[in-house]
Amino acid sequence: MMKTKPADKVIPMTTDLFEKFDSIIAEYSQLPTGPLNPFTVSMDAVISPTEAIINGKKTILAGTNNYMGMTYNKECMAAAHGALNDFGTGTTGSRVLNGTYNGHKELEETLKDFYQTDHAIVFSTGYQANLGIISTLAGPKDYVLIDADSHASIYDGCAMGNATIVRFAHNDPENLDKRLARIRRKDPKAGILVVIEGVYSMLGDQAPIKELAEAAKIHDAVVLVDEAHSIGVFGKTGRGVAQEQEVEHLVDFTLGTFSKSVGTLGGYCVSNHPKFEILRLVCRPYVFTASLPPSVVASANKALELIKDSGLRIKLLDNSMRLNKGLSNAGFNMGTTGKSPIAAIVVDDKKVAIAYWQNMMQEGVYVNLAVPPATPNGLNLMRCSLSAAHSFEQIDYMLKKFIAVGKKLGVLD
Amino acid sequence: MILSTDKIFDQICELIVPFNQKEVLIKTDTTFATDLELDSLSVMDMLAAIEDHFDVTVPLNILPDLENVGQVAEALKSILDDENKTCG
Repeated sequence: MMKTKPADKVIPMTTDLFEKFDSIIAEYSQLPTGPLNPFTVSMDAVISPTEAIINGKKTILAGTNNYMGMTYNKECMAAAHGALNDFGTGTTGSRVLNGTYNGHKELEETLKDFYQTDHAIVFSTGYQANLGIISTLAGPKDYVLIDADSHASIYDGCAMGNATIVRFAHNDPENLDKRLARIRRKDPKAGILVVIEGVYSMLGDQAPIKELAEAAKIHDAVVLVDEAHSIGVFGKTGRGVAQEQEVEHLVDFTLGTFSKSVGTLGGYCVSNHPKFEILRLVCRPYVFTASLPPSVVASANKALELIKDSGLRIKLLDNSMRLNKGLSNAGFNMGTTGKSPIAAIVVDDKKVAIAYWQNMMQEGVYVNLAVPPATPNGLNLMRCSLSAAHSFEQIDYMLKKFIAVGKKLGVLD
Repeated sequence: MILSTDKIFDQICELIVPFNQKEVLIKTDTTFATDLELDSLSVMDMLAAIEDHFDVTVPLNILPDLENVGQVAEALKSILDDENKTCG
């Protein structure tokens, strides 16, 4: 017998939890679906660190943060294959339970050696490294001071913790000093963590670490530098901007990722703090997640050795300077200088920026369409991240296409 | 000096001017997101200007509670009162 529907029962309408996203949905729905949507790119096949097949078309990858081209390095791949065969596809567990293999410990030893620090801790992503370190180091009575242009993972690390969060003007030591002085006036004994990034990813500008860290030290604050976009790229042995600027002694915690120059996935933090190891028990984003798969660990371990090579850094920055100079000479309004691996063209109108991105895809060049709030100062950017693996021929091809599309869309005269 | 919430509101109104590109008439119930069409980053920039004007710390933690200008004035009032208590 069929059950009758209780039609007389009226289910009360509840607020749709998605209602808060209506304005974003409305804006997003103006974008076309399919290949012309900048946020749904899907790679059919990847040929090399610098080329893929997208929408059936061979495309130069100029926006993948693959700075050292490590994703297809033969030694890294061999290391990953070996670990896959010996240890399987995943650890299925937390580092503090069953998820620590010899490889994880070796990787931490490699990091200690790479940074010449007493301690190193590996996270499953760079995002989690920021969540974990910031939210754990700074407790309810402490303060975290962050640069206004900080990456989302830094903002989210702040949101996850219980500290008081104060934002200072981008790369502005005086502004930081003023804010630290205000806090000290009220709270002379509080713990204070100042968080900066070595390189800011959208415009590739470096933090003046010396001046910022000195301002921090005057007020008895500790300094954390996120070298996510600078490990491999800067410094004599590739440790990042603090090494490049010869100010590593002013940095208390260095944080970074394996998902850019190291060519795989994972995050880390290194430090000389004598009590650092306790983080393995109190840092929730470290404890309550599965550890990195053995193959990822093995390739990261190998890549950390390879990115010490200054030849790759020189090639990368040569590539970036070639593109930046070419674009600047062509008359583009540049957001970048060429002194970092980023080349970003400022496009005034967001709709033009979207069209620009679509045209570049049709010409076989993948770049990042970067728009607010992911960008500083409300800028719309055509953002390229260069790789040591790019050839000059590829750079010149990008340049030619940027100019052609720029003229077509009226961005260039 | 002890400022009243009204006085604080008046000063905030002046500090908002550079962020009020649509030249909306500012009232206590004027909202940042809907009326002034400010994104979260612009609201933070505006708070930085307010911090420097009043020479106080306005933590980002209170941001979710600040939907309109009146709420900012009230938050500032309590921060300033607290500051006077601590520093005499």
